[in-house]
Amino acid sequence: MSRSFRAETIKLVRRPASWLLLAITLALALIFTYLFPYASIAGGTDGPNNDRTLPMLLPDQLVGNSLGGLPVFLGSIVLILGVLTVGGEYGWATWKTVLTQGPSRLEVYAGKLLALTAAALAVVLAVFAVGAVASVLIAVAESQPVRWPGPGDLLVGIGAGWLIATMWAMLGAVLAVALRAVALPVGLGLVWMLAVQNLLAAIAAPLLDWVAQAQKGLPGPNAGSLVAALGAPGDTPGVAATVGGGQAAVVVAAYLIAFAVVGAVLLRRRDIG
Amino acid sequence: MNLPVQTEGLTKRYGGLTAVQDLHLTVRAGEVYGFLGPNGAGKTTTLRMLLGLVRPTAGTVRLLGRPPGAGRLTGVGALIEGPAFYPYLSGRDNLRVLARYAGVGADRVALVLDLVDLTDRAGDRYAGYSLGMKQRLGVAAALLKDPRLLILDEPTNGLDPAGMADMRTLIRRLGAGGCTVLVSSHLLGEVEQICDRVGVISRGRLIAEGTVAELRGTAGLRVLADPLDEAAARTRALVGDDRVRVVDGGLELAVAPERAAWLNAELVSAGLAVRELRPRERDLEQVFFDLIEKGTADVA
Ligand SMILES: Nc1ncnc2c1ncn2[C@@H]1O[C@H](COP(=O)(O)OP(=O)(O)OP(=O)(O)O)[C@@H](O)[C@H]1O
Ligand SMILES: [Mg+2]
Repeated sequence: MSRSFRAETIKLVRRPASWLLLAITLALALIFTYLFPYASIAGGTDGPNNDRTLPMLLPDQLVGNSLGGLPVFLGSIVLILGVLTVGGEYGWATWKTVLTQGPSRLEVYAGKLLALTAAALAVVLAVFAVGAVASVLIAVAESQPVRWPGPGDLLVGIGAGWLIATMWAMLGAVLAVALRAVALPVGLGLVWMLAVQNLLAAIAAPLLDWVAQAQKGLPGPNAGSLVAALGAPGDTPGVAATVGGGQAAVVVAAYLIAFAVVGAVLLRRRDIG
Repeated sequence: MNLPVQTEGLTKRYGGLTAVQDLHLTVRAGEVYGFLGPNGAGKTTTLRMLLGLVRPTAGTVRLLGRPPGAGRLTGVGALIEGPAFYPYLSGRDNLRVLARYAGVGADRVALVLDLVDLTDRAGDRYAGYSLGMKQRLGVAAALLKDPRLLILDEPTNGLDPAGMADMRTLIRRLGAGGCTVLVSSHLLGEVEQICDRVGVISRGRLIAEGTVAELRGTAGLRVLADPLDEAAARTRALVGDDRVRVVDGGLELAVAPERAAWLNAELVSAGLAVRELRPRERDLEQVFFDLIEKGTADVA
């Protein structure tokens, strides 16, 4: 398995698309969490985020601010990474090339999931790092004290972010296995993340009680509840405390495992065309 | 003794279509075996089943004596239905990644690149390779493990004549070195010089198997002599009734070509005008087509 993990890591790190996705992740995190709110505060203009006041941009809010994007926007990008990592083997027909070298399908798949898990951690750490720098710059510019969250909060925050990001990556992986492709899983994954989840939350749930109840079992709202419990700003899309933080963490972890297992079972059973 | 390849009753159905039917295939240690058949005959499907990429509907496969399961591809190298690699990596890095899965050292990478003559371009991105270069890289990947059994699905696809000759030389050399090779092709002529035995598959069934000479059948003589009926009568008297046929205004004799001089002397001394007398080899592609036609007729 470690040989397979190393091979997957090389493929992931050497692939230009991985770095493009990371750059977009960091740019989105920086712009929407810090740049726009700060520009609005500094310029004194009213905007949709005008309830974000200066104290919310300072280093002691790092955990919540870094996690806010994971239920929807940053989650979508990690999902794409999951699809690319697994779907690429279908798109380039490289499954046969890899498998004829001798590893079992499950060994290769496990290597992929491990590489994705490591990549999810790297993405979350990078978001935290970029947020730390941005918030310190803002604090210095505004002559505010630089106070950091406690190490315990920081660890829990990074752990929760890692959990959510990995869950989305696994969703991307299982979609790629199920549809044996790249383009369709990316498209369907994004439609789900960006459109269906929002429509359910914003339109269907307020009208129908059973939708509101069913939502509490879906991955997105649970990710949103988990980050809300850890201080993510409530005006971020997808962030809402519909269930408690502890329960949300358990549900997200359950989805992570379920996605991984379903993908493995499908891959093992089907022919490599 | 462990046979490198042994299948029993191997069958694959896709819905109503039977791609491979009740295939008993045996490849012996150290031989180069040609697996021949026209497009859609079931060659690739068979090879995929050998390698565990496709699950048989029925039947069993043993490679190097091992049943399916972990480690079954140890010592087996393969190129199936065209090369497939990561386009953003160089040829060399593609092989390095594969070497990790195969559990072989990086030294093998340089060695196999050399074997297929790709060392010069190994640092270029795979996406920029020509068809022939991609094919060579595919063969290099198949050789990474220094296999005892090499399975090549139409390895000369996309190669120019020099490349094809190189590929044949390489296969012959590997065969001479003790490696068992199973190579598929849709042209008998393409593999006849390198194969110890060939099997012909048509519509999913193995319809003939043997050495190239066996498939080709016995050689004979073709004679053009005037007058024709007199020549026919005379030769029948000389070699026997059943060995002479009149075809296209000439005679076809089931007689060893070495007897041409003797026959010529006999006919000339009988006062016949011999215009032409030459060895008759059955054209290989014709043999192949005949087999396939016959196989199809059997099925119908
Ligand atoms: N995944 C699949 N689904 C449905 N039918 C398939 C599948 N794979 C192969 N077939 C069918 O099985 C038959 C055999 O195909 P196969 O690829 O094995 O032929 P082949 O001998 O390799 O031909 P070629 O010389 O063209 O490569 C064909 O009729 C093909 O359409
Ligand atoms: Mg084929």
